[in-house]
Amino acid sequence: MSVPRPAGTLVRIRAIFPPGHVRTPFYLRGKTGIIERVLSRFRNPEQLAYGLDAPEQQLYRVRFRMAELWGDAAEHPDDTLDAEIYDHWLED
Amino acid sequence: MPHDHHDHVSPSGHPYRADNDTPLSYWQVMEIAVRELLIEKGEVTSRQVSDQISRMDERSPADGAKVVARAWLDAEFKARLLANGSAAVSEMGFDVGPMHLVVIENTDTIHNLVVCTLCSCYPRNLLGLPPDWYKTREYRSRAVKEPRAVLREFGVELADGVALRVHDSTADMRYIVLPRRPDGTDGMSEQDLANLVSRDAMIGTGLPRDPA
Repeated sequence: MSVPRPAGTLVRIRAIFPPGHVRTPFYLRGKTGIIERVLSRFRNPEQLAYGLDAPEQQLYRVRFRMAELWGDAAEHPDDTLDAEIYDHWLED
Repeated sequence: MPHDHHDHVSPSGHPYRADNDTPLSYWQVMEIAVRELLIEKGEVTSRQVSDQISRMDERSPADGAKVVARAWLDAEFKARLLANGSAAVSEMGFDVGPMHLVVIENTDTIHNLVVCTLCSCYPRNLLGLPPDWYKTREYRSRAVKEPRAVLREFGVELADGVALRVHDSTADMRYIVLPRRPDGTDGMSEQDLANLVSRDAMIGTGLPRDPA
C-alpha cells in the first residue's frame, strides 16, 4: 500500500475517457487542483459496479478554483469546487 | 343523470379515475420484475421490502436539523462533527450506513453548496429522500457552473466578501452543510433551534429561518 499524497499537494486529474461507471466527472478531467484532505481507502467503484474484483483505492478530496474549471466564464474566479477523486485519477 | 349507479361514475357524479393511469416506465417495469423474482426465489420477503420502504420514508430533514441545533449549542460536539461527521452523528443515534458523512460549516465569509453531478448522492439517513430538483440535470450542471445564479433563484444572495464553496459528491462521502446560527437566537432551546433549520439550509440552497 503506497503512502497517500498529503493534503496541500498540487495534482492534475488525468484527461482520459474510459467507458463505464466512472466516478470522476468530465468537467474535472485535465484540471489542476490541490488535495484538500486525505480520505480513507475504498473499494474501487469503477470495478465494484460490475461485480469485478475491486481492490481498495485511496480517496481524496481535491479542491479546484472556479477559474481553473471555467476560465473567463467563471462567475467568481476565487470560488472553489471540491470533489472526491480516486488515486488512480491523479497525476503530479 | 348524475346519481345513476354506473360503473364509471362515483356516487357524487364524478367519473372514477383509474388506478395507476399512466403507463409504467422501462425502469419501473424492471424494478417490479426484479423485486418479484427476488421474492419468488426467497431472497427477500415482501415484508422486508415494505419495512425498508417504511424506514426510508420515516427519515426526514428533522433528523439533520437536530444535529445542526446540537452543534450550535455544544462547541465540543461541533468540533467532533466537523472532524468526523459519521462518528459524531452516531453519538445521537443516527446511522449513516456505509457512507461517510462530511459536515461543512458556513461562516461569515464562507457559504457551502452541495451537489452530486454524477447522479443523486444525498445524505438520506439524515435528510430523507432528496427533493426532485436535486436530481435534475439542470441543478446538477448549473450548481457547478453558475452556483451563484442558482442560489439567487433560491432566494440566497451572498454578501460581498463571502466565498462560495461547491461540493460535488462524487464517491463515498455524503455532505451536509452546518448553517450559520441566525442572530437573535440566544437562549433558545435545542428543539426551537432545530425548527429553524430547513432542508435547503443543509443542502446550501437555503438559509435557516429567522426566529419569530
